[in-house]
Amino acid sequence: MITTLISNVLILGGIALLAALALYFISKKFYVKENPLSEKIEKVLPGANCGACGKAGCQDFAKACASCNREEFADLYCSVGGDETMQKVADLLGFKAVSKTPQTAVLKCNGTCENAPIKLQFDKIISCRLANQISVGQTECPNGCLRLGDCVKVCKFGALKINEQTLIPEVDESKCTACGACVKICPRGLFEIRPKSPDGKRVYVACSNKQKGALARKNCKVACIGCGKCSKICDLIKVENNLSYIPSDVSAEKYGEELVKACPTGAIVMTNNKKEQ
Amino acid sequence: MNTFSQGGIHLEKYKVTADIPSKEAGLPEFVSIPVKQHIGTPAKILVKKGDKVKVGTLLADADGIVSADVHSSVSGEVVKVEETEGASGYFENMITIKVEGDEVEPEIDLSSDICSNIPENPQEIIEKIRKAGIVGMGGAGYPTPIKDTLPEGKKIDILIVNGIECEPWLTSDGRLMIEKAEEIVIGAKILNKLFGIQNAIIAIDENKPQAIEIINKITRRYVGVNVRVCKTKYPQGGEKQLIEAITGREVPSGKLPMDAGCLVQNVGTVFAVYEAVMKNKPLYERYVTVSGDMCKTPQTFKVRIGTPIRFLIEQCGGFDNNIAQVVLGGPMMGNSIIHMDAPITKISSGVLLLSNEISHRPEAMDCIRCSKCVDSCPMGLRPYLIGIYTRNHMLDELKDIHAQDCIECGCCAYICPSRIPLLDFCKLAKIELRNKKG
Repeated sequence: MITTLISNVLILGGIALLAALALYFISKKFYVKENPLSEKIEKVLPGANCGACGKAGCQDFAKACASCNREEFADLYCSVGGDETMQKVADLLGFKAVSKTPQTAVLKCNGTCENAPIKLQFDKIISCRLANQISVGQTECPNGCLRLGDCVKVCKFGALKINEQTLIPEVDESKCTACGACVKICPRGLFEIRPKSPDGKRVYVACSNKQKGALARKNCKVACIGCGKCSKICDLIKVENNLSYIPSDVSAEKYGEELVKACPTGAIVMTNNKKEQ
Repeated sequence: MNTFSQGGIHLEKYKVTADIPSKEAGLPEFVSIPVKQHIGTPAKILVKKGDKVKVGTLLADADGIVSADVHSSVSGEVVKVEETEGASGYFENMITIKVEGDEVEPEIDLSSDICSNIPENPQEIIEKIRKAGIVGMGGAGYPTPIKDTLPEGKKIDILIVNGIECEPWLTSDGRLMIEKAEEIVIGAKILNKLFGIQNAIIAIDENKPQAIEIINKITRRYVGVNVRVCKTKYPQGGEKQLIEAITGREVPSGKLPMDAGCLVQNVGTVFAVYEAVMKNKPLYERYVTVSGDMCKTPQTFKVRIGTPIRFLIEQCGGFDNNIAQVVLGGPMMGNSIIHMDAPITKISSGVLLLSNEISHRPEAMDCIRCSKCVDSCPMGLRPYLIGIYTRNHMLDELKDIHAQDCIECGCCAYICPSRIPLLDFCKLAKIELRNKKG
């Protein structure tokens, strides 16, 4: 009885010892030497794995940083962490940090339920991308927000939510990291990443409708009709395909109020965060 | 009896118009003819505002390889060549014609005599098919001349004429087979000649005894065309399902039927081929069923392409408040229409007026792992898994379980006891996979 017990313990113990030795030597032999720098960098990064930097995730970004030279480092930027994080990474590497203006996502549609009333009812369609393929949407605007919230589902930072009063998504600028996930997912390309200007003022066209004026207005009160009044105020503003586009270098401070006043439909929107806060 | 081996469901038939003879829909005041009624590039517009056209006049020319000609379906004056609202609500390029009289291009033979002297030269046949602007009339709208020009080295040995109408309500193909039986058989002979084979099979499902009887009688007089009766099961009319039912061959994932030595053509397409080759008649009219549980007088019509959908509905008793959805195509695979003045195109097989009870989608509940969707999938996919992966953006896994092979038949969503919109997830998965590639 006791001999069986001892022999069992010895056999199993022997197998365990052999396996441990094999594992020890294999792990020595195939040891992957990691750059200790990349591990350190990874600890500094936000760890959201959002892909905003264009890399597969934070680990990948850290590896790219650890193995790059001074010129290549200038192209790498983590918009989620912002300047602060990049400064820390640069300190670790001994390079100079690039500084970028913080950016935020902007919805180029103002088709709220008041401005663009619902004309037909979707019957539990699960996604904007699907709805976009089969139909023009509840408001019948072919370029407007479909209100099904694919962007809300894809946002990792909780910066987007569907406003229950207006039924369209709202961007919470304090949470938005400009990772660009919503830009990629929106089937109608309604999001744009624009710089947060230092004074918190921003002026943009909150419409993406490319139809002619009368048709655009039929479905939405605040549609851009491509009249071109805004382009007369500032040369940088261009009207193409019946749609005006205000580039981000048009100063909101200088032209904002004037542009909003000039727009006959109210498609041009100016935000002033300082005031709101 | 022939049928496919995997999955499939049995649906209510509702084929109320099966025994009602088809009727000419007549001429509306205006027709709007889209220049893109097929898969591929839109045709190039040849007419301008103010031009006078006749029935059969070429309006737009095929642009590029995958494209099809578009002909006028009425005679009159072109009043508008611009973007007009289509059935989905999106704006498409359309040619709007004000109907005046009914003058036909002189080379078109409108007599109902049967011609059976098939041209000898395959080149001549394919040229006539191309000139007639024929596209697959089963629903996909793939230009027929391209499908019928086999690439170098490929060979087919069976031509399958798809006379299976597995969707409820629709009877347009069924009526066509009863009324134009001999023309369809000759059309199959023409295609036989084109491919140099003697083996055309007209597949009909068993719930059309009248069509089976008539075509059976006629095929006795023609060599190389046979009838095969298939079991009534949805989606028997799917290309891959039908090939398996008839020949027992399987089309490999991502391959075409010709890789299995088969070619499938809808009966409507075969009839159009007959008219194009024998009568010089371009594709400008088709059979359309107007039906549904809210339709007062259901009827199969012979409709000119471009006729507004509203015009047909008004002939069938008009609109009322109980209609919750108007669907273009079958109830399983069709889409609901937003815009009632949108035109009938080469690929619209039916217009259905449905009540809320039938079209309503109930609230989805949690998956109970009953595996009914797996059992019903005719492609052998796992729809519940596609649903889970799509919800979590797991594209690599979606590819591994062959989500792109889904034929969007809707069996899974129909059978699901928890009413999970599985078809939506499958469609979304296909969109995501396509976007990822592009």
